[in-house]
Amino acid sequence: MIRVVLPTHLRTLAGVNDEVQLDVQGEVTQRTVIDALEARYPTLRGTVRDQATQKRRVLVRFFACSEDLSHESPDAPLPALVATGAEPFFIIGAMAGG
Amino acid sequence: MSAVRLLVGTRKGAFVLTSDGKRADWKVSGPHFAGWEIYHLKGSPIDQNRIYASQSTSWFGQMVQRSDDGGETWEAVGKDFNYDGTPGTHQWYDGTQHPWEFKRVWHLEPSLTDPDTVYAGVEDAALFRTNDGARTWQELPGLRSAKGNLWQPGAGGMCLHTILLDPSNPDRIFVAISAAGAFRTDDAGKTWSPINKGLKSPYELPDSTAEVGHCVHRIAMHSSSPNVLFMQKHWDVMRSDNAGDLWHEVSDNLPSDFGFPIDVHAHEPETIYVVPIKSDSEHFPPDGKLRVYRSRSGGNQWEALTKGLPQSDCYVNVLRDAMAVDSLDKCGIYFGTTGGQVYASADAGDTWNAVVRDLPAVLSIEAQTLP
Repeated sequence: MIRVVLPTHLRTLAGVNDEVQLDVQGEVTQRTVIDALEARYPTLRGTVRDQATQKRRVLVRFFACSEDLSHESPDAPLPALVATGAEPFFIIGAMAGG
Repeated sequence: MSAVRLLVGTRKGAFVLTSDGKRADWKVSGPHFAGWEIYHLKGSPIDQNRIYASQSTSWFGQMVQRSDDGGETWEAVGKDFNYDGTPGTHQWYDGTQHPWEFKRVWHLEPSLTDPDTVYAGVEDAALFRTNDGARTWQELPGLRSAKGNLWQPGAGGMCLHTILLDPSNPDRIFVAISAAGAFRTDDAGKTWSPINKGLKSPYELPDSTAEVGHCVHRIAMHSSSPNVLFMQKHWDVMRSDNAGDLWHEVSDNLPSDFGFPIDVHAHEPETIYVVPIKSDSEHFPPDGKLRVYRSRSGGNQWEALTKGLPQSDCYVNVLRDAMAVDSLDKCGIYFGTTGGQVYASADAGDTWNAVVRDLPAVLSIEAQTLP
């Protein structure tokens, strides 16, 4: 199972209190993880990536294994530790200064 | 006994304020959707427990929420606002053409006859409608055919912020867009015409009387006289007696004719309210005095309403959707500020009290008069 940590606002929308676990078919990439996330929690459609362009929303970041993967291809394989469930995939709301 | 429910949208959530008909003691519920910008909430006029809310952030985009129990519980509903066909382009800040891009819903206007039908005014400016209780939304694309290629965003974005439904003519709708102007349809939204004749914008437009491009901040109407419209423009308070065909200025003795909201007394169609703001570059009340101005003659002959409002060192703003009236007798009037205060008057503006003082910046207020 893939472990995904959501930011507070998205946990509220999804109605979950903790990280979510997703069954991802095939290769584990940003795209397949978010596809599985949106399938499991339809209310999150459009909150992580733009519904029309399927691109990451500009103020959303993807972290895993202490790396910023935000600018990786959505079809690049995620780290093996994410794919095995040893490490979570973090969806983060970007810092906003102030 | 009657009651009043205020639906307050703020920068960091929604609040529901309730009182009995005396409007002296208020219960505050919220924040709902804490941390999200709630641009607007509004209830159906024929099913007041049906409330729609626009919820958004720059991080996670647009949500639409619906309540069927007066704001006690909410359900996330449809949020797909897809422009009809190929979206096309409008003017950009640098004069080039720029694709239409959905950013957020500014205003929700439930139908006067069907609680499942709602109009949504969005940025980039367009009008959408749902007929299934906000499950799905469809654009009324004829609006953007009204010289939409010439519309250009102002500093606040190119938003459709005002939707007025004519109670005497279901085919007639008025909308206002910043900074494109006011528009009217007489065929239920299929075709639209600019209604900006008489507006003058010498400091904002190279052609001060252009057909489109005026920065209309808000328009208002009384249900008993839907051909009479009142407008708070960027500068100037305006009036039309012919459904927007021609406007004339009614600013008269206001200390500043810049401002955002304008509203009409529930029982007196010629009594209107504005909140003067010093200027387009200084968005706070003149002289640090928060004053609502009332005209009982449909414009001109303005009187300052100050009792209970701060008359020194006040530098808040009152945004375009942040004023509302109830329909009790006497008429209640309410407004919220960017400083988080919600002020209420239970006597048509003669005296004011702060219902709450420390909410997040108030974006919008709607008043529901409950049986």
